[in-house]
Amino acid sequence: MTDDVIKLGHGGGGLLSRQWIAEEISTRFGQSGPLREMDDGARLALSGANLVFATDSFVVSPLFFPGGDIGSLSVHGTVNDLAVCGAVPRWLSLALIIEEGFATASLRRILDSLQAAAVDCGVQVVTGDTKVVRKGQCDGMYINTAGIGEPLPGFALSPSRLQSGDAVLVSGTLGDHGMAILAARESLPKSDALQSDAAPVHRLVQAIAHLAPHVRFMRDPTRGGAAATLNEIVADQPVGIELVQGQLPFHRAALSLAEMLGIDLLHVASEGRMLLVCAPEAADEILATWRRMPEGAGAACIGEVINDPGRVLLRTDFGGRRVVDVPMGELLPRIC
Amino acid sequence: MQYITAFRQGDAGRHLVQQIARWGAQLADAGRTVFLMEVCGSHTMAISRYGIRGLLPRQIRLLSGPGCPVCVTDAGYIDAAIQLAEQGAIIATFGDMMRVPGTDFSLADARSRGADVRVCYAPYDAIAIARDHPEREVVFLGIGFETTMAPVVALVREIERQSVPNLSVLTAFKLVPPALHALLGDPEVRIDAFLCPAHVSAIIGALAYRPIVAQYGVPCVVCGFEPLDILLGIEQAAAMLCAGTPELVNSYSRVVRPQGNVAAQALLDAFLEPTDATWRGLGTIAQSGMRLRNAFAHFDAAVRFDLRETPGTPDPACRCGDVLKGKIAPADCPLFGGACTPLHPVGPCMVSAEGSCAAHHRYGTAEELGP
Repeated sequence: MTDDVIKLGHGGGGLLSRQWIAEEISTRFGQSGPLREMDDGARLALSGANLVFATDSFVVSPLFFPGGDIGSLSVHGTVNDLAVCGAVPRWLSLALIIEEGFATASLRRILDSLQAAAVDCGVQVVTGDTKVVRKGQCDGMYINTAGIGEPLPGFALSPSRLQSGDAVLVSGTLGDHGMAILAARESLPKSDALQSDAAPVHRLVQAIAHLAPHVRFMRDPTRGGAAATLNEIVADQPVGIELVQGQLPFHRAALSLAEMLGIDLLHVASEGRMLLVCAPEAADEILATWRRMPEGAGAACIGEVINDPGRVLLRTDFGGRRVVDVPMGELLPRIC
Repeated sequence: MQYITAFRQGDAGRHLVQQIARWGAQLADAGRTVFLMEVCGSHTMAISRYGIRGLLPRQIRLLSGPGCPVCVTDAGYIDAAIQLAEQGAIIATFGDMMRVPGTDFSLADARSRGADVRVCYAPYDAIAIARDHPEREVVFLGIGFETTMAPVVALVREIERQSVPNLSVLTAFKLVPPALHALLGDPEVRIDAFLCPAHVSAIIGALAYRPIVAQYGVPCVVCGFEPLDILLGIEQAAAMLCAGTPELVNSYSRVVRPQGNVAAQALLDAFLEPTDATWRGLGTIAQSGMRLRNAFAHFDAAVRFDLRETPGTPDPACRCGDVLKGKIAPADCPLFGGACTPLHPVGPCMVSAEGSCAAHHRYGTAEELGP
């Protein structure tokens, strides 16, 4: 790493994060074995049984935000990592790191929400740990969950399966979670319409299990937004992706705030959406299936796979083209 | 009216692109190529974001001007802000100042090393920070052109009104018209028309550009930041260049009035006075900056903390100055994309999303992308 201290940007999901993982994690742990795939979860084989294993930490601030809280988020985050690996989520571990002085009532609210989310997702919390740190050593509370899921038959997901002409689908509006958090954290002008999209995506995956062979790859666009996720998918691949500007689904409230701050919604995190690349002949059926479900009501085809190695492009409404870049690190609002 | 979509309609855009192509053909017949400078960083950003450069005929070229306030902020100013932070002050700043390189560090680097640097979404946020930390000095970084000057000066007025003893402003204000004069006075620079800034013009008024049209015969079109605004501005500038009739056109009349925002001008005049200013890449331009008048000097962090700002020493290989003057395209700089990237910017044009190098790096050049 060229930086001699860790910056916020190293956790932002953008270029800095990628560089840090490539140089410090992959070199140590990813040379061989499942981590080499750098997927959202690891596919493991154990005495004949196949598993998917994933983990995620939750440090969201504020802990309660429009559309969710750190409790439900810590279930959805790991459930979604398992789901986009084509697995049915089964078990979760739950590790709580709590700041001294944290209100018990808030903790109960968070745990209630976590429990409801686990029931909704059909996962059991089967092991856990609680640590309390001194005042000032963490920001209220942090949660880590790890999850084990059982692979659905038929999915063979890998970016290397992308072919020119494949369809790129998204299950709903992009960037709502990041904008809702930003608005809540920074006390920006609020609108009731601006809600986090935080939700589980496992039902979206299970609903299209019969089309599994047509699905090339799935990923949930969290930190770094759809831009970072799509760039990760095509990195080092012989193909690229072209998005069509007019087909990108954005919520009006999120778009208004993003425009005001000079932030590109393609760079902003979602917590309940899925990006999926599939053979073109399966696209309509997947979209129709998703649109019948509440969590997929806003699903759209946003582009296609093209013969342009490793790049994500966007075709504008005027017919112009531009590169969709990976965000740097932190999202910094522009001055004017 | 739905403002986000109204000025991004594809049909209207394609119509303008066709009209611009006709002017391009006329220029081609005459063997001419014309250079339009978009002055403002938000124009540069929008041009890249909507792929506009690739839609223009070869005879109409866009140059990115010096209108990104972050880009033209001198390294010495960043050094001074970091020095204040190291002395224990809380630095409150607009977000995109964070990554601007100083001589050794950026504010983001300084924060990772323990400096207390906070991103504000509006200048008034600094008052809340100062109220929350009465035992510490808080310094707001007041940079920017006429657009941002007004809210920062409003902050100064508020500091005075509310008697906030521990809040001051480190200013590096810059004025757009003197920079345009300096560019046109540089014999190495060729600019055939200006796309004048949108929000700066909302403050200073469209008539502020009349002397430029009169003195240099260069058409000026005040245009907004939406893609249709920019295409319309290009179309109007090209039309004037083809006809040989340079004029001042205000095509952003939904926001910009001929006289500008008179209340904001009065506020600026009450608090500020002109001064020479150092522009990163362009050097010192006489009377191109503004500073707090003596009566308000106690709100000036440079005075309060007796700061001596020394101009930064830019990397000699960095050609940001030539990019800002429109002499070269970003990709022509030897550092572009190699030693200088948005992740590790050497020069200021790579720092802000509005910077012309950053915009070219992020969104690709027209040549790279093709039609």
